[in-house]
Amino acid sequence: MTLKNSSKTNPVGVIGVGSFGTAVANMLAEKSEVMVYARKQEVVDEINAQHTASGRSLDPSIRATFSPEELCESCAVLFFMVPSAAFLEVTRLFAPHLHPYHLVIHGTKGLAVQLDPGEALDTVKKLRRSQILTMSEVILQETLAVRVGCLAGPNISKELSLGQPAATVVASKYNEVIQQGQHLLRSERFQVYGNSDIIGVELSGVLKNIIAIAAGALAGLGLGENAKGLLISRGIVEMAHLSKALGGSASSVMGLAGVGDLVTTCNSQDSRNFTLGYRLAKGETLEQILQTMDEVAEGVNTVRIVDAFIKTAGIRAPITENLHRVLFEDLSIEESLQFLMKYPFSVDVDFV
Amino acid sequence: MEENYIKHQYAPILPKKDEWPVVKLARERKEFILKVAELSEERIIGLLGKNPDVLKEELETTLYREKLRIKQNPWDVDPDDEVDFWKEIKSNLLQLHAEVALSKTKRLDAYQAVLKKITSRYAEEISSNFKASHYKFTRRVVTYGFSRLLNAARVKGFTSFFSNQYTLQDKIQITGQTDQIRDLATKGTIVLVPTHFSNLDSILIGWILSVLGMPPFIYGAGLNLFNISIFAYFMNALGAYKVDRRKKNLMYIETLKTYSKEAIQFGCHSLFFPGGTRSRSGIIESKLKLGLLGTAIEAQRANFQKGNGEGLGKIFIVPVTINYHFVLEAPVLIRDYLSMTGQERYYKENDEFSTSYKIFKFLLKFFTKGSDISVSIGKAMDVMGNYVDQEGNSRDKWGRLVDTREYFVSEGKVTVDSQREEEYTQMLGKRIVEEFHKINRVFSSHLVAFVAFELIKAKNQKMDVFDLIRLPQEDIVVDYQEFKTGCQRVLDEIFALKTKGKIDAAPHLFKPMDDIIAHGLENVGMYHAKRPLIRDEAGNLTTEDLSLLYFYHNRLHGYDFEKLF
Repeated sequence: MTLKNSSKTNPVGVIGVGSFGTAVANMLAEKSEVMVYARKQEVVDEINAQHTASGRSLDPSIRATFSPEELCESCAVLFFMVPSAAFLEVTRLFAPHLHPYHLVIHGTKGLAVQLDPGEALDTVKKLRRSQILTMSEVILQETLAVRVGCLAGPNISKELSLGQPAATVVASKYNEVIQQGQHLLRSERFQVYGNSDIIGVELSGVLKNIIAIAAGALAGLGLGENAKGLLISRGIVEMAHLSKALGGSASSVMGLAGVGDLVTTCNSQDSRNFTLGYRLAKGETLEQILQTMDEVAEGVNTVRIVDAFIKTAGIRAPITENLHRVLFEDLSIEESLQFLMKYPFSVDVDFV
Repeated sequence: MEENYIKHQYAPILPKKDEWPVVKLARERKEFILKVAELSEERIIGLLGKNPDVLKEELETTLYREKLRIKQNPWDVDPDDEVDFWKEIKSNLLQLHAEVALSKTKRLDAYQAVLKKITSRYAEEISSNFKASHYKFTRRVVTYGFSRLLNAARVKGFTSFFSNQYTLQDKIQITGQTDQIRDLATKGTIVLVPTHFSNLDSILIGWILSVLGMPPFIYGAGLNLFNISIFAYFMNALGAYKVDRRKKNLMYIETLKTYSKEAIQFGCHSLFFPGGTRSRSGIIESKLKLGLLGTAIEAQRANFQKGNGEGLGKIFIVPVTINYHFVLEAPVLIRDYLSMTGQERYYKENDEFSTSYKIFKFLLKFFTKGSDISVSIGKAMDVMGNYVDQEGNSRDKWGRLVDTREYFVSEGKVTVDSQREEEYTQMLGKRIVEEFHKINRVFSSHLVAFVAFELIKAKNQKMDVFDLIRLPQEDIVVDYQEFKTGCQRVLDEIFALKTKGKIDAAPHLFKPMDDIIAHGLENVGMYHAKRPLIRDEAGNLTTEDLSLLYFYHNRLHGYDFEKLF
């Protein structure tokens, strides 16, 4: 199959119309023709007829389809904006229609695991790096697309849709993907940085969720700004070490997707991860919280995966380890805070 | 279990030698060299951003390095006029330096003229000197000579010398996707990428290709091999072009890459040793030299650009592993490796395969005593690492058709993006390493060496390799029973991986363990003056040369078998 037209006349594809997907689709629509994919017929109809998706307004020029085939045939550049829980499923749905010429950029912060038969994420004790996949690795494994990138950074959908200034990172091993991402997304209100360390950028976005839970917990305990500063700085050190151990570069943690996103999330009452930590500190158990949350806070899974990984790799990550004990082993928040305060962090910064 | 290797000789795919791409290339040698020189020149100018000052600097660096090389590391094969040539370049450069009044474009032109001289010389140097008559003669000599030696040694009786009971194919077993490679040779251009442990490899592969009825391949052979007259003859006959590893300057490297790329585009089946050089450590290559490999990707893209990427313009990558019980150069290789990793700064390219006499002695030993070699031919892939089917179509993991051209398409057409191609080259490199591990055929000797070394290491946990090899021989004894259980553990793991298709094992590994061990001990590094592994009087195991044991042990590195100890 050869595409006859250049991507300037080809629409840009967006898969997923959640809050972030909608915000990105609207930004793309400022410059390009956009086609979105939604799984349900009624959502597609809603978009095409009323230009809203589950109540969120969409640019009137945006067309919707529920056929992965149509989307892939029409678009050369695709943005995957699906929640991490559905990522694998959606990727597999699109896999038969994805070609090596497609550029795929995803905006999903999460990790997937490949477990040995008979294991489950709740009970798994050991995870090797080869069993853990970032979202770009999922795409590479499941589809023929190779020119893959990711979007990460402090991008709260609500603020983006209000048109407030913000920035993002497009990370990819391929300059071509970065340039295409910048070309499509950049506007007066939206700055787009490039980074070739896609794994490091993806990991930054994922690992910061752990620290966000801890930040929520500190807020829930009623602690002040000193404690938050302490946590963010120690959190960055831990993220850098974990990112290195998982194949990213420590320097990406210092960028928009790391520090940038971390600071935003640690101050945001809207973050699910932050809320989870907050409610934990207020005395609720994980079960109680999860029952009343409509979507799982991604950080819970991340803590599980990273904890199993560090035990296998033989490295230490005190914040993650303690959160794991709080979430799954009945350690109280106060006790874990005590533990962290006594933990012998002897050097301030030891990863640059 | 019976060995399942190729016992018959295949009919040639292209019986008429005039149809061989190498012969066509040899006919057009002059034009081809000219083209390579010109394209290299363009390429270098492009790389240096058309800047006369940068070009000047690069020329001066090249001149300096070449003069240094001539002085410090001269070889027999070096042409006599080398000194004069570089003197001339030097005076050209000095003259240009004096002419300050020239405009920027004029200066660029003037320096480019000097560059042209260099790339032309390099292209001429690299180019192969294939002669079909020499090729046929060599092939006959190799096959006839070797099989005489073999039968003389194995078949008893007066007439044994003329017996045909054993052929070379019993000695050197060819397994794997032999039919596929034959099919594909008529459908596209093949790039063969074998593991590299011994200087014998190039001749071995040349012979194997002729057994399979393939037309001769061209390949880059280390120039040091041309120092030895016997090798030089063989190499030229087999279509080798010359790679001089002493020359590490940009101009040489770019000319070499251009040569390789153009030859592939010409339709010449090619062979690269992707490890770049023989594996010093005995470990299967895990980091590949990507320079030449990248030329396969470039050539494929260029073919797509010209619109002939399908059919004959498609390039197939075929990994090959060569499995030995014994590597003649092992003592020197491992010494090099240890001194390199031991942070010894200076390390000179040397060649222990130094005289025709030594090689002859080795060949005599090899054929008169039993030490088998097996060559496994892997599944063919496209340049992106997708397997291809019998028709040469790429298939993804799920068997769906893949259009390789689409990897090079952006905004609807094939584009040149060197950064993208660099990434693709890395991906291809990784896929080749993966395939090497899958088709690697474990021999009894690899198993025993691996287990013995791991047991010795486990007993001296605080020591690294460098400490270990300094241990006095009396201190190294491995209990036979312990050794045997260790072998069984590793073998079980090997078979477990084999069922998953992640490794291959020689049929002799299906015998009872005591037989496997005996076979392994008999064969491991069998012709070395100091044997890597022997049994002492008490029946336990010891070594005469631990670094050699380490070398043979390394063959099973990369499968995580170490965790069993």
